[in-house]
Amino acid sequence: MENDQTIKELKIFAANIRLETLKIIASIGAGHVGGCMSIADAIAVLYGKVLNIDPKDPSKKDRDWCVLSKGHAGPVLYAALGLKGYFPMEEAYTLNHYKTKFPSHTDRTKTPGVDLTAGSLGQGISEAAGAALGNRMQGIGSYVYVFVGDGECDEGEVWEAAQFCAHYKLDHLICFVDDNKYQLDGSVNDVMSHGLGLAAKFKAFGWNVIEVEDGNDIKQLLEAIDQAKASTGSPSALVLNTVKGKGTFAQETHEHSTHADKAFWDKVIAKAQSDLDALKGEAA
Amino acid sequence: MSYTLVFNDTKDPRNCREGYVDAMYDLMKENEKIVHIDCDLIGCVGAAKIQKAYPDRVINCGIAEANAAAMAAGMKATGMIPYLHTFGVFAGRRIFDQIFISSAYSNLGIHVIGTDPGVTAGVNGATHMPFEDAGLYLEIPGAVVLDPCDYTQVNVLTKKLCKDDRLSYLRLIRRGFKPVYGEGSDFEIGKAVTLTEGNDCAIICSGIMVGNALKAHDVLLKEGIEVSVIDMFTWKPLDEKTLIKAAERCGCIVSAENHLISCGLGSAVANCLAANHPVPQEFIGIKDRFGQTALQEVLEEEYEMTSEHIIKAVKKAIQRKGI
Repeated sequence: MENDQTIKELKIFAANIRLETLKIIASIGAGHVGGCMSIADAIAVLYGKVLNIDPKDPSKKDRDWCVLSKGHAGPVLYAALGLKGYFPMEEAYTLNHYKTKFPSHTDRTKTPGVDLTAGSLGQGISEAAGAALGNRMQGIGSYVYVFVGDGECDEGEVWEAAQFCAHYKLDHLICFVDDNKYQLDGSVNDVMSHGLGLAAKFKAFGWNVIEVEDGNDIKQLLEAIDQAKASTGSPSALVLNTVKGKGTFAQETHEHSTHADKAFWDKVIAKAQSDLDALKGEAA
Repeated sequence: MSYTLVFNDTKDPRNCREGYVDAMYDLMKENEKIVHIDCDLIGCVGAAKIQKAYPDRVINCGIAEANAAAMAAGMKATGMIPYLHTFGVFAGRRIFDQIFISSAYSNLGIHVIGTDPGVTAGVNGATHMPFEDAGLYLEIPGAVVLDPCDYTQVNVLTKKLCKDDRLSYLRLIRRGFKPVYGEGSDFEIGKAVTLTEGNDCAIICSGIMVGNALKAHDVLLKEGIEVSVIDMFTWKPLDEKTLIKAAERCGCIVSAENHLISCGLGSAVANCLAANHPVPQEFIGIKDRFGQTALQEVLEEEYEMTSEHIIKAVKKAIQRKGI
């Protein structure tokens, strides 16, 4: 059981990640706010507490890996990496600018701390599976964490990867399924529903499935990761019941990407700043 | 690079695929980072030998090529050296996006082995007959594309690839084929082999077309026509120096490939020569057609790829020099 202090610190880290994510997206005026915010808390837990990483040595051999198979959520990862000191945060305020190191879809060749390239949905989970197996073949005991979107789970490759991970018993691969209920064209149930549900699907593929009732709750996320790491012999899927856009304006719109003018971004950034200040005030 | 030419138009008792498997056996023995990844076609490529010797490093992904390709790229990111085998039809059409993004764009070069190139798919028929596979790989920036002709060349190139970090695609003939090169021959990726040096026309060929070109050479020689036969087994990066020199020396070209001419060796040759030293060029290869089921020999006739077709093309190219 995590102590209250850790949880408070991680909540503040998550609020900081949300603020920086908005600043990064605002630097180009458009981006995937919704899908970043739904996983901001899980990213905060990983980068604030769980991952064995060294910002000064991003590719150290025994590091834990974090892969955004839903590659369009790049900004939320850049926020965490910047706050951890992989690069000066300001560098990321160049999202999608000419020759930037920060494209909205994660790119291992451009950004320090990005382990694998994604953006063509379905591919990141396969890449993560290869990383997990490659590490195991070399006797490296690190964990590979991978985020897939609920919309992304329309892709057949996700299920090819799912059967592969189970067949090869990749118990050092932990998949966060961001069940935020919306994809680009509307609600997942309207666009392409998931039959018995994503938890049932991963179970049927032989995974250890942990359903996280509130996927934006720090405490529940920490407990679920502990459970996943304790389980051996199969990969684990943490099905996160999340809110698309959580903690921002996008919580109401559920939109896949947001295009707005500077005045709008100034307003939402000020709100995120005051949310962060309030949490810090509570903690003090 | 040194070689011996042993072509005498007779079949090799060894299967070409053994050239790959024997090379992998040696490589895996020397280097524990080397992995053979397959898609339920271990039996087809004859990889049981390496599976038995190195069971932990032969990974069967089942009939799920897209995952296999992106997974291989992820494995490369950890420092392993993956070779991925599937039929050429799947290596090209089915996993193009995974190869393009997860491997090539990500700078995680893997080595893709596509079996049964072009008409060598024979009675497996149209659905298993890739005429466009290498063309797809030619479209990928920085890729290496290889079309070897026999056991020895396959064996040498498989070994050379292990030290090459680029994405590569090697078209692997499965069955026994007519040997061109003697044992001990050596090749460099990106360096063509000039097998004969005539000045009337240059035949730029690879794979199964090398034997057909050598046969054409012998017939033409009796008629007083001297041709250069150039084994351009590396389609990319193309050996432009050798190609341009041949065009300058001969003044006309015949390209001969077991592939669609619209997106293969012939078009790569034409691109290079149009920009550097334009000469008349005749194209031997598949012309805007699908595959079909038949014995390879029948298909070579059907798609106008035999030595007789090459002879006609050489004569036409020479005639066009005067126009």
